[in-house]
Amino acid sequence: MLDQTLKGLPAKPGVGYKPQHFAAIMADPGPVGWLEVHAENYMGAGGRPLAQLRHLAERFPISVHGVGLSIGGEGPLDIDHLARLKSLCSWLNPASFSEHLAWSTHDGAYLNDLLPLPYTPATLARVCNHIDQVQEVLGRRMLLENPSTYIAFAETALEETDFLTEIARRTGCGLLLDVNNVYVSGINQNYAPEAYLDAFPLHLVGEIHLGGHAEDCDDHGNRLLIDSHGAEVVDPVWALYARVIRQGGPKPTLIEWDNDVPDWLVLAAEAACAAMILEPAA
Amino acid sequence: MSQTQFAAALLDPEAELPAGVVDSLGRPAPKRFAVYRNNVASSLTRALEAAFPTVRKLVGDEFFGAMAVLFLRAHPPRSQMLMQYGDAFPDWLAAFPPVAHLGYLPDVARLDQAMRESYHAADSTPLPEVEFHRLLGEDIGSLRLILAPSLRLVQSRWPLAAIWAVNHSDDKPPMVGAQDVVVLRPLFDPRPHPVPAGGGALLSGLLQGKRLGESIDLAGESLDLSAVLGLLIAGKAIVGVSK
Repeated sequence: MLDQTLKGLPAKPGVGYKPQHFAAIMADPGPVGWLEVHAENYMGAGGRPLAQLRHLAERFPISVHGVGLSIGGEGPLDIDHLARLKSLCSWLNPASFSEHLAWSTHDGAYLNDLLPLPYTPATLARVCNHIDQVQEVLGRRMLLENPSTYIAFAETALEETDFLTEIARRTGCGLLLDVNNVYVSGINQNYAPEAYLDAFPLHLVGEIHLGGHAEDCDDHGNRLLIDSHGAEVVDPVWALYARVIRQGGPKPTLIEWDNDVPDWLVLAAEAACAAMILEPAA
Repeated sequence: MSQTQFAAALLDPEAELPAGVVDSLGRPAPKRFAVYRNNVASSLTRALEAAFPTVRKLVGDEFFGAMAVLFLRAHPPRSQMLMQYGDAFPDWLAAFPPVAHLGYLPDVARLDQAMRESYHAADSTPLPEVEFHRLLGEDIGSLRLILAPSLRLVQSRWPLAAIWAVNHSDDKPPMVGAQDVVVLRPLFDPRPHPVPAGGGALLSGLLQGKRLGESIDLAGESLDLSAVLGLLIAGKAIVGVSK
């Protein structure tokens, strides 16, 4: 197995890998230059998932994206889960490892959602301790992703952009900028996504995520966007993405489509849209 | 905000909104909190649907969905590896009154679970055929067979293999009678096979590490040894022997 760690991800479009696309990707990846997998789906002992991942890693840079580490959790990190991540990263040597600014496990129960946390000096210290531990165990720098959120907390004292910037400064981690999450949270939390992006430290961004969302409304009839990863990227998100690339230069850009997964050609077309924005900037 | 209170409210639809959860203007935000509650229930229901396709087919999508929500609230996952979620589901089904009339349902769930475990189990290399021929000259009763890590045995007093088959094809409805099932995975795709006569006890003995001779004794008179060994060899499930 080649060690992809040193080269990192290329500043090209990538897609979230789905097993039903294996044959199509191996036949013709089109504009797709790298793939992202959810770490937790590749922690089995063997069988087709690991065999496919080994084949893919011989041809494509791989990004391992964790969804279950619960970095924002009140309790300690699950050291068994961290050991599983270390084992995966050790044999695969992926080009990148990333996780979320969120929590998902509490008191041993895994809730399988990316849950929000208030931004305070205390939660900042806790998240930094957890990231220090992850980077130490994995022996690599990780990227931390900005969340999509639906609620706010009365106790929040820090802006999310300041919170993320300070985490990166204290721990040395990089950031994963999910532009759809910026848009979703902006509508949900009543701020301008452009202002959020102006405050975001683009020089720390190692990867960008783009995905689709669903729309509902809240108790007061206000728009409530839900990060569904089940649809095409909307035009306002493409516009924000183009702005990020203009300002920050080309970055590895992932199309995320996890639910109601479409045919390969639909996904490849989304990746081609990202390529049209990335290539003139290169 | 306490994550204890937040987590409890996610799993209990009657629970009050966690303190300090508001919208951007500082107002209580129950409908916004409900997005998280729905995400937890729907994503874990999807995990159970993927894990127990035959149970779902037998009871129908709507009933399965309602049952899954009750199960996941009582038994949220204890691991981030959702490929293992639902270990407690077969026993839970056995104690769930609305499906008490479907006596075979817990065993069907065990078979679905065995299929999934087999799918993710470690790869292995079958013992070469020439090795078998060499072994025929020895006292084979004293050997211990090392079976593939992807092999799973589900013993049942129901016609389990037939129930599975009829729910995955156009086969005729099953006959009444006990039927053990062995899941074999020659390469990447697990398949359930009805175990030939006496094979359940034999395989159970082998899986416990007993010698072949001892396991044959456990199986009793009805055992069709060559049929069982033939099935294991065809399914690439014998990966070694030890003395």
